Amino acid sequence: MANPLPQPVERENYLNKEYGVWSWLLTTDHKRIALLYLLSITFFFFIGGFFALLIRLELLTPAGDLVQADTYNKLFTMHGMVMVFFFLIPSIPAVLGNFLVPLMVGAKDLAFPRINLLSWYLYIIGGVMMLHCMLTGGVDTGWTFYAPFSTAFTNTKIVEAGLAIFVAGFSSILTGLNFVVTIHRMRAPGMTWSRLPLFIWAHYATSIIQLLGTPVIAITIVLVAAERTLHLGIFDPKLGGDPLLFQHLFWFYSHPAVYIMILPAMGVVTEIIACFSRKRIFGYHFVALSSIAIAVFGFLVWAHHMFVAGISIYAALVFSFLSYAVAVPSAIKVFNWTATLYKGSIHYDAPMLYAFGFLGLFTIGGLTGLFLAALGIDVHVTDTYFVVAHFHYIMVGGAVMGYLGGMHFWWPKISGRLYPEGWARLAALIVFIGFNLTFFPQFILGYMGMPRRYYDYSHMPEFQVLNVLSTAGATVLGVGYLLPMIYFLWSMRYGKPAPDNPWNAAGLEWKTTSPPPTFNFEEEPVVTWEAYNYDELDAPHPQEVPVAR
Amino acid sequence: MSAPSKSSPLKMYFSIWVALLVGTYVTYRVASIDLQPFNAAIALTIATIKATLVALFFMHVKGASEKLTKLVVIAALFFLALLLGLTMSDYATRLWS
Ligand code: HEM
Ligand SMILES: [Cu+2]
Repeated sequence: MANPLPQPVERENYLNKEYGVWSWLLTTDHKRIALLYLLSITFFFFIGGFFALLIRLELLTPAGDLVQADTYNKLFTMHGMVMVFFFLIPSIPAVLGNFLVPLMVGAKDLAFPRINLLSWYLYIIGGVMMLHCMLTGGVDTGWTFYAPFSTAFTNTKIVEAGLAIFVAGFSSILTGLNFVVTIHRMRAPGMTWSRLPLFIWAHYATSIIQLLGTPVIAITIVLVAAERTLHLGIFDPKLGGDPLLFQHLFWFYSHPAVYIMILPAMGVVTEIIACFSRKRIFGYHFVALSSIAIAVFGFLVWAHHMFVAGISIYAALVFSFLSYAVAVPSAIKVFNWTATLYKGSIHYDAPMLYAFGFLGLFTIGGLTGLFLAALGIDVHVTDTYFVVAHFHYIMVGGAVMGYLGGMHFWWPKISGRLYPEGWARLAALIVFIGFNLTFFPQFILGYMGMPRRYYDYSHMPEFQVLNVLSTAGATVLGVGYLLPMIYFLWSMRYGKPAPDNPWNAAGLEWKTTSPPPTFNFEEEPVVTWEAYNYDELDAPHPQEVPVAR
Repeated sequence: MSAPSKSSPLKMYFSIWVALLVGTYVTYRVASIDLQPFNAAIALTIATIKATLVALFFMHVKGASEKLTKLVVIAALFFLALLLGLTMSDYATRLWS
């Protein structure tokens, strides 16, 4: 990569403009808030990872020997809660989205910078409550809080954990609100809807889910707390309630929530694939609208989590059919990405390796979702490790891969430094291998009938080989995650200064300096080109386009 | 923004607030009379009216000129209908078999 002569004095940018703790804790700069989020979600990622490590160690042997049954129940519960609500849901939107949405639409900041800061504080308050809850006993219901166990039987810290998620939920709502208003109102002149990067479309769709779904989980948590503390009969049949009502309400949010996690990753991968195959995205409008379709249809399928719970078989038929329907927009995306790669001039840089990983793993995760959405198969594999493998292929193989790919792709813009490419490719490979070694055996285990959420399988010692493979894979995966942490930190001090556009990528974020100035662009950009104009960028004599710098 | 009205906005906010309190009180009183299925119906009707008041006045949906506001309101109602409708697709058909 050609490197411009190192400048004697660093240009003023959002990082060196001000120093000191307060300049961070009171900032309203979306880029600094993104970094605050980056630090906080990384912290929770390690906490969640620690629980995962203990779970995998317990399952290394058939006997329940490392921890007590009760402790094990708490481990998988806290793992799920932390990873879902405190890592994956905020991950791409609150870090990369926060950093990039204003840059990509050509705005100075988000529409409501102070609400953006408020959302981070809410996240931190929720996170501290969650930490306190974990340190003083934790919860053992599974991340799904199913009633009436959660309202009448368990004596763990349900209300406190619920409130922590309630508060963190509002941080998610505020982020979504900010994105919707910014995308509607703050696009630079010439940045029409059909010139928006698909990353923006994906975040717009995500925000819709955050705005419309999150209030429902918030209310559901309040109802659980009310039943638990005031004995109002809502979910507990003994009090005249209905336990399935809880599941309806919970999954009305939590199925769409899985799309809160995957849609932003789809946005990231779209940007990466276009850049590293030097092509326009095939079927731009289809990819854009399929994000919206996923957001809307994602709300129509929730009861596929309840097929064996006792819902009406007629409703089950409808939900099974609708679950198949939601796979269509996802498939549209996969086909369009593949078509974009076709005859592209493909570069295998680290972000692209993650994008390839995403493509394969998301496809496996999505297709096994269809297995589960088939009524007959679901009866056999529900509540087994097959389900665990399915959602980890999507959430870890898909969403986390997308997140890491995006972190590498935009790291030069975020930090102003280049990361070490060789190490990064190695890490991507390790993550891919570790991931498959961890989770592929779980498909087989589930198919063979190993139930999820059990700490002891001594009656079925033949499950051990696959469990050992899975634990070994988790160790490899752990190394794969630590590596980027280390070299990102290293690069902040020792990395080569990044040029403004190290990938020669399209998109407004690359037209400003690396790292960008506090208000992003020195002059308001004017957009006269379509998204992903890689053919023009790579043309021997690139057309001069008005450039903000 | 709506045209400046004669009464001050503060007065309007307080009257809505009083209306909400009255609604709460009525709900409470009605709950202690046994009206069989109508108890729930009345409570839900009052709650809906209260929610509408909050949205129209406190959340400034009334008199809003922004298209985006309308879009948000319509989307929220639409998704509420989905929540209720599809949930009822379960409850309403359980006894068929
Ligand atoms: C093509 C779309 C998808 C379909 C048809 C699908 C289908 C399903 C079905 C039927 C189940 C329930 C299995 C059971 O409990 O018996 C399930 C579970 C799950 N899926 Fe998916 N899925 C899809 C995409 C996703 C995505 C994109 C994610 C995450 C980003 C995801 C995350 C989950 C989670 C977390 C669970 C388990 C929840 C629990 O019981 O704890 N799924 N999926
Ligand atoms: Cu689902």
